[in-house]
Amino acid sequence: MNINIKILSATVGICAISVSLIGQAFADADNDKLVVDGKVITTQAKAPADSELEKLYSGWRFRADETQSLQMDDFENPAFVAVDQAEDQFAMVEGKAGKSCADCHSDVTDFKGLRATLPRWNEAKGKPETLEHIINECRTDRMEAKAWKWEAPEMLGMTALIGLQSRGMPVAVKSDGPMQSVWKKGKDLYYTRVGQLDMSCASCHENNYGKMIRADHLSQGQINGFPVYRLKWGGLGSIHRRFKGCMQNIRAKPYKRGSDEFVALETYLATRGNGLSVETPAVRN
Amino acid sequence: MRLGVKTLALVVLFSATGISYAGNVGPDEVKLVDGKIAMSLTGSNGDAAKGRDIFINRKQGNCLACHVNKEISEQAFHGKVGPPLDGVAGRWDEAELRAILVNSKKVLGEETIMPSFYRLINGTRTMKKFKGKTILSAEQVEDVLAYLKTLKEE
Ligand code: HEC
Ligand code: HEC
Ligand code: HEC
Repeated sequence: MNINIKILSATVGICAISVSLIGQAFADADNDKLVVDGKVITTQAKAPADSELEKLYSGWRFRADETQSLQMDDFENPAFVAVDQAEDQFAMVEGKAGKSCADCHSDVTDFKGLRATLPRWNEAKGKPETLEHIINECRTDRMEAKAWKWEAPEMLGMTALIGLQSRGMPVAVKSDGPMQSVWKKGKDLYYTRVGQLDMSCASCHENNYGKMIRADHLSQGQINGFPVYRLKWGGLGSIHRRFKGCMQNIRAKPYKRGSDEFVALETYLATRGNGLSVETPAVRN
Repeated sequence: MRLGVKTLALVVLFSATGISYAGNVGPDEVKLVDGKIAMSLTGSNGDAAKGRDIFINRKQGNCLACHVNKEISEQAFHGKVGPPLDGVAGRWDEAELRAILVNSKKVLGEETIMPSFYRLINGTRTMKKFKGKTILSAEQVEDVLAYLKTLKEE
């Protein structure tokens, strides 16, 4: 009898401990699982050794259930309207060379894995390149068509379609070799306090993720789901558009989309998410 | 009656020049010593009712973005980045609260995310329309302060 009671209380004790541990681990992000079309997508990952973060969480984990569910079914995900249009665009002849994307890239699935490695170094140009740069280089140099604007619907749709091919693959962006100086510049920007409110990206996304800031649940500001369909925007938006919005909210003059600064910031942020899955196209509120 | 005219003249002067601190202690003249600012920035007491509005207003204090405050329970969504401000008047005296509002960095620590509401900064790349301006005016700081002093209950 005596023993029984002891065992019982020990069990209760253990339960209490594990509950409090779980409570701690998930005080920040919620505990939901992202499954799309029966495929499990990891929304958390071990932080790289040099990371300032204890653990990496996708922004999906901080969204409300209704927003989360939109990303769990491609038929409900509103980004897929643009993805479907991009598929048509892929086969459309444009420009003086009389070519479509499909004339040179027989299948968009050939781009599997690409999104997970961008931005990357472009040896010929001696510059870093993002997916937008790559697409526009094909348009101007190979199709002799006009470049798309960074935030043009066609560009957003195409980056979503190409990103989708890597969905579920771990982000693996390089910060060494020629990318090192770009990465370093991005890191400096990430930690620089800007604007009248005098905050850095880290003030919110590193030091306070998991907390509510008014009605918003602060995430780690990861970029593994971009371009994202944002309900507030009523459409897709680029990584740089989100950077711009965050800077404006703290009353700082944003850099331009496609600027060296935003490319550097994108590079740094991408490496902060190394190990998370590509989730393109994600849905946010 | 005479007083009324004077106040009016002061208000006109203030709004006409925008960032002149007519009659008030300017952001560069504030004496913050040992985490305290003893003197009112305007020379008089603020208006707690106005302070409450400024506390809520997203373009002014926006304090609810980061602080829970039971006294404003009619507003949904209180943020949790900072501590609840219930009973804050019991934890800090007036001079300390004024210092926190004016220059949070000097009282709460350089790393704090809380904005400094009456300091000329200084974060780089401040948007043109906010350059050289404080987030709140001297009057607004005193109004918010008067409101904070009413938060006595935990
Ligand atoms: C005239 C042929 C041609 C056309 C048309 C063309 N591309 Fe390309 N594209 C290339 C070549 C050549 C490369 C570089 C070699 C490579 O990596 O395949 C390339 C590279 C790319 C890459 C990088 C692939 C990788 O894995 O590094 C992407 C993405 C891409 N193109 C997208 C597009 C899109 C989208 C269109 C239509 C808007 C398009 N391309 C039109 C020839 C073309
Ligand atoms: C005042 C707090 C604040 C600051 C400072 C801030 N952000 Fe944000 N950011 C937010 C909020 C709120 C959201 C929407 C909820 C969320 O995902 O955190 C957001 C969202 C994001 C997202 C989208 C994340 C996703 O999963 O969709 C990115 C990326 C981002 N921010 C990057 C940045 C960068 C880069 C900076 C610095 C230039 C920055 N933020 C500064 C508050 C902030
Ligand atoms: C961006 C978030 C943010 C905003 C906006 C903000 N604060 Fe704070 N505040 C904090 C944080 C965080 C602390 C705790 C100190 C720390 O950790 O840096 C704090 C601490 C305080 C304290 C000390 C509280 C205590 O009990 O120790 C007071 C008083 C205060 N804030 C008042 C205000 C008022 C009034 C406003 C609006 C005019 C405001 N805050 C706006 C983040 C914020």
